[in-house]
Amino acid sequence: MDIKKETIASLHDKLVNKDVTAEELANDAINKINANEKKLNTFITVNDKAPEAAKKIDEDGIKGPLSGIPIAFKDNIVTNGIKTTAASKILYNFMPVYSATVLERLEAAGAVDIGKTNLDEFAMGSSTETSYFDTTVNPWDLSRVPGGSSGGSAAAVAAGEVVAALGTDTGGSIRQPAAFNGIFGIKPTYGRVSRWGVIAFASSLDQVGVLSKRVEDSATVLSAMAGHDEHDSTSSEKPVPDYRANLSKDMSGVRIAVPKEFWHEGTHPEVLENVNKALDAYKKMGATVDEVSLPSLKHAVEVYYVLASSEASSNLQRYDGVRYGFRAKDVKNIKDLFVKSRSEGFGDEVKRRIMLGTFALSAGAYDAYFKKAAEVRTLFINEMNDVLKDHDLIMGPSTTTPAFKIGEKVDDPLAMYMNDILTIPANLAGLPAASVPAGLADGLPVGLQIIGRPFDEQSVFNAAYALQEENKFYEKIPTALKGED
Amino acid sequence: MISKDEILHVAALANLKFEDSEVDSFVSQLDKIVNMESKLSSVDTTGVEPTYNMGDTNTVFREDKGIRTQTREQMLENVPETDNNLIKVPTIVDKEDDE
Repeated sequence: MDIKKETIASLHDKLVNKDVTAEELANDAINKINANEKKLNTFITVNDKAPEAAKKIDEDGIKGPLSGIPIAFKDNIVTNGIKTTAASKILYNFMPVYSATVLERLEAAGAVDIGKTNLDEFAMGSSTETSYFDTTVNPWDLSRVPGGSSGGSAAAVAAGEVVAALGTDTGGSIRQPAAFNGIFGIKPTYGRVSRWGVIAFASSLDQVGVLSKRVEDSATVLSAMAGHDEHDSTSSEKPVPDYRANLSKDMSGVRIAVPKEFWHEGTHPEVLENVNKALDAYKKMGATVDEVSLPSLKHAVEVYYVLASSEASSNLQRYDGVRYGFRAKDVKNIKDLFVKSRSEGFGDEVKRRIMLGTFALSAGAYDAYFKKAAEVRTLFINEMNDVLKDHDLIMGPSTTTPAFKIGEKVDDPLAMYMNDILTIPANLAGLPAASVPAGLADGLPVGLQIIGRPFDEQSVFNAAYALQEENKFYEKIPTALKGED
Repeated sequence: MISKDEILHVAALANLKFEDSEVDSFVSQLDKIVNMESKLSSVDTTGVEPTYNMGDTNTVFREDKGIRTQTREQMLENVPETDNNLIKVPTIVDKEDDE
């Protein structure tokens, strides 16, 4: 079966009509993953027990929309009894004894965990190149990165291995790979989804979201996993709408704000051309488009790298070689055990972030870096919220360029960090944001970014759905996969 | 400009150690990044409250009642070295190493 042409709803119909069984779907997905793996490297661990779990669902009978649907999980989402590594040597052998709330909720809805996708180590990166388990490759061009950090999830969806995959987004890690792979990806409002069981990177920015070829599939998955969780006190008690049932492509009267700073001078002209085309389409559908200004945007990368690194340095203190994961050998005392396990277990990018964060939090630097960044964050949040007072959505490109070459930026951390300038704002302000395919630039996918008001994921889904139904980008097959099937 | 000594001090705080051959490239990379971050000083934040946390809930209470989570055996499953159902680590107080 060609999963690239299927949706959760079409698979559900086939399951209900017994044209296919959940067990067959699971086996199909595993075969597809294994066939692609040498070329794309989208997974760290394939769940061999998936067909067995799917068989049980067949026996119990297909129920809700996710019943029997294979879904992939980014490998920083802990899964009881399935290795969870965060793509780091320091967790290379970690076998969780409980599951993340998002996984439990999706499994309770009948979804089948097909395996764990590749990512940048601890989700720190924009290319999946910092993974301890090798980089994932972009199915549109095998010489290019899939983006990151949810690069494995994005490439797995684009390649038709699964209809949907979970990712996490701290500074753009769902939206940027979604854009690079020509698929949809949404980072919900901070607090919309429980972070319990999600390996922490930056706790005030991290959020779990969904990547799928079709907007409606992410809507289905998000409704099933969102909502308050007693294990995560930052998860919101606001009721979760049925995003799929409420999907509407009616854009009449929708007020769209376009920050002029998003039209960054370094942005690829064809990226801007595609985004402008999308905005014109919205105007034709009856939306208004106003230019606005976010003057603090020029400091967003600075704020982000101070805060995210500081939170990371704190969150990653727990990796010490004592209770789980990699433990260094030949140590003379406990301090030596900590230092050696961490120095041998973390990769360079993770060490860089820990160092940056430790520096920003250290005596003498705290006020000028950590506190200052937190203050500028407040200014930035106020600017975003001001714009959203009289606009329903903020739009712009998801990325400044299409997917770049493997190896192109890996040795230049600053150039890599600048990649995130357009996606960071939504994380700093905790707003829901998505990337939806807008077209092709030099044969590579371009994403339109849609940012909404807090807890108004519905408007984000609706606008993305309207564009999807207009440009039908999902019909396009990734270039490097043509001639398959 | 961040000095090599500062970097080594921060590394010690973070329980990280760098090979001599990698210190210099780390110093120059971190210097560039910190330099970028220093641009924040140009922003006037007089009277602006910092944002450290997100989320719309404050302190959360629950009934003071025991709940069952993992068993001792489960919690020890991932421990690299155990002895008698305890976590085994190297010497904590070492006479030769009184730092």
